[in-house]
Amino acid sequence: MVRLNRHTAGKIEQITMKELSFPFTEEKIRALKVGDEVLISGTVFTGRDAVHKYLHEGGELPSGVTLRDGIIYHCGPVMMKQDDGSWKCTAAGPTTSIREEPYQWQIIRDFGVRAVIGKGGMGERTLAACKEHGCVYLHGIGGAAQVLAECVKKVRNVYFLEKFGSPEAIWELDVADFPAIVTIDAHGNSLHKEVFARSEDELAKRL
Amino acid sequence: MLELVRRTSVEIPDDVQKVILAGLEREKKGTIAESAMKIIDRNIQMAREKSQPICQDTGSILFYVECPVGFDQITFKEAARDAVREATKKGYLRQNSVDSITGRNDGTNVGPGSPTIHFHQHRSSEVFVRLMLKGGGCENVGAQYSLPNEKLKADRDLKGCRRAILDAVLQAQGKGCGPGVLGVCIGGDRATGYEHSKMQLLRKLDDRNVNPDLDGLEQEILQTANELGIGPMGFGGKTTLLGVKICAVNRVPASYFVSVSYMCWAFRRQGVTLNAEGEISTWLY
Ligand code: SF4
Repeated sequence: MVRLNRHTAGKIEQITMKELSFPFTEEKIRALKVGDEVLISGTVFTGRDAVHKYLHEGGELPSGVTLRDGIIYHCGPVMMKQDDGSWKCTAAGPTTSIREEPYQWQIIRDFGVRAVIGKGGMGERTLAACKEHGCVYLHGIGGAAQVLAECVKKVRNVYFLEKFGSPEAIWELDVADFPAIVTIDAHGNSLHKEVFARSEDELAKRL
Repeated sequence: MLELVRRTSVEIPDDVQKVILAGLEREKKGTIAESAMKIIDRNIQMAREKSQPICQDTGSILFYVECPVGFDQITFKEAARDAVREATKKGYLRQNSVDSITGRNDGTNVGPGSPTIHFHQHRSSEVFVRLMLKGGGCENVGAQYSLPNEKLKADRDLKGCRRAILDAVLQAQGKGCGPGVLGVCIGGDRATGYEHSKMQLLRKLDDRNVNPDLDGLEQEILQTANELGIGPMGFGGKTTLLGVKICAVNRVPASYFVSVSYMCWAFRRQGVTLNAEGEISTWLY
């Protein structure tokens, strides 16, 4: 077996990273800019398709889940139940966020969410809601399930496990130094829009 | 069979890893693109060491079996289903298969259409079993074009195919967890076009197309895509694609499809040859 990557083993360079730790205040969130790399520490709640649709349709959060000044993570982790009844997170990368575009703006507005972690970026409505309510979109590294699972220090609780199944449940996770990139900030900027426009121009030159 | 599933889920094949590493070297130091590639690289190592899934979306489970005449497909199917159940229990696969009508997930990964097994008979006595785990995020950015396409100015020729394929790259941006690999089929119908486009992903990344026209197109699209500045995860950067694989099959005169399947960097495919006892004798990737 070739081990091609030994020389890059070890710690990821963290020089340019900004810490983003609990509590996630509006001030901290508004200080972030597109292109910043952040290391997130604190409690995050997973929520994906079923949860977003449910909240959009007027469903209530189970007691124990607080999204106010909180972080919602688009993720369907792999969880293994331990003999003592606790859970261990063995894979936890982000899932595609754009599917939540119809719902996200409303959930940011109504529940006071300060950051959304996901992948692939989001659209105009989320961009506008981030600006208006002081929220950011943090792009995790899609597919990096192991690196990110290691940032999950504790699985505190799970909600809606029966109702939605494991990947779609709300998992309450304590994370430390979880790496992500700010790709939509609270000032109306979107890296996704920039890159799309630039690549569209470049392609036009080559057709 | 369980070992085939495990290895597919936790290890990136060497041919893919090589290209990922080349991409990492190519990215400018200190950029978020480089940072993304470093995390990807580290993730690959960790998954292998811990024997845990590279990505939590362990994908659609697609088996491709080449077998001799007389091979017992029913027994194979049962063995494959058992292996999938077992791999799910062990956490090599996520509970990832959902009833499309009720939304219920029984947690086994076995049900209608899962796993999917394609059998192809051949004259040799050997049995080849290839397995691909195709994630949902990248599957969603796949695209099928019907040529001519006026908006893209894509006619029914290789130039038109090039326009369609590059449009798929543009539309996908980083959403399919780029840098990715394209499997493309020119021709066929709506179903076989996609089927063949996926089968192109069974080719090793460093192989060359035997058809010189398609080989030229593969190289050219790879180069052009990497000049667009989409980069890893769509963060901007030099590595947008890791590879392009194209095949052509016949079509009916009325149709001209270009079907594009996108595979994320977490390219999970493995394969084995089986001996007469049904045990693994060699690994294919
Ligand atoms: S597209 Fe691939 S790497 Fe990204 S989440 Fe899906 S399976 Fe994982």
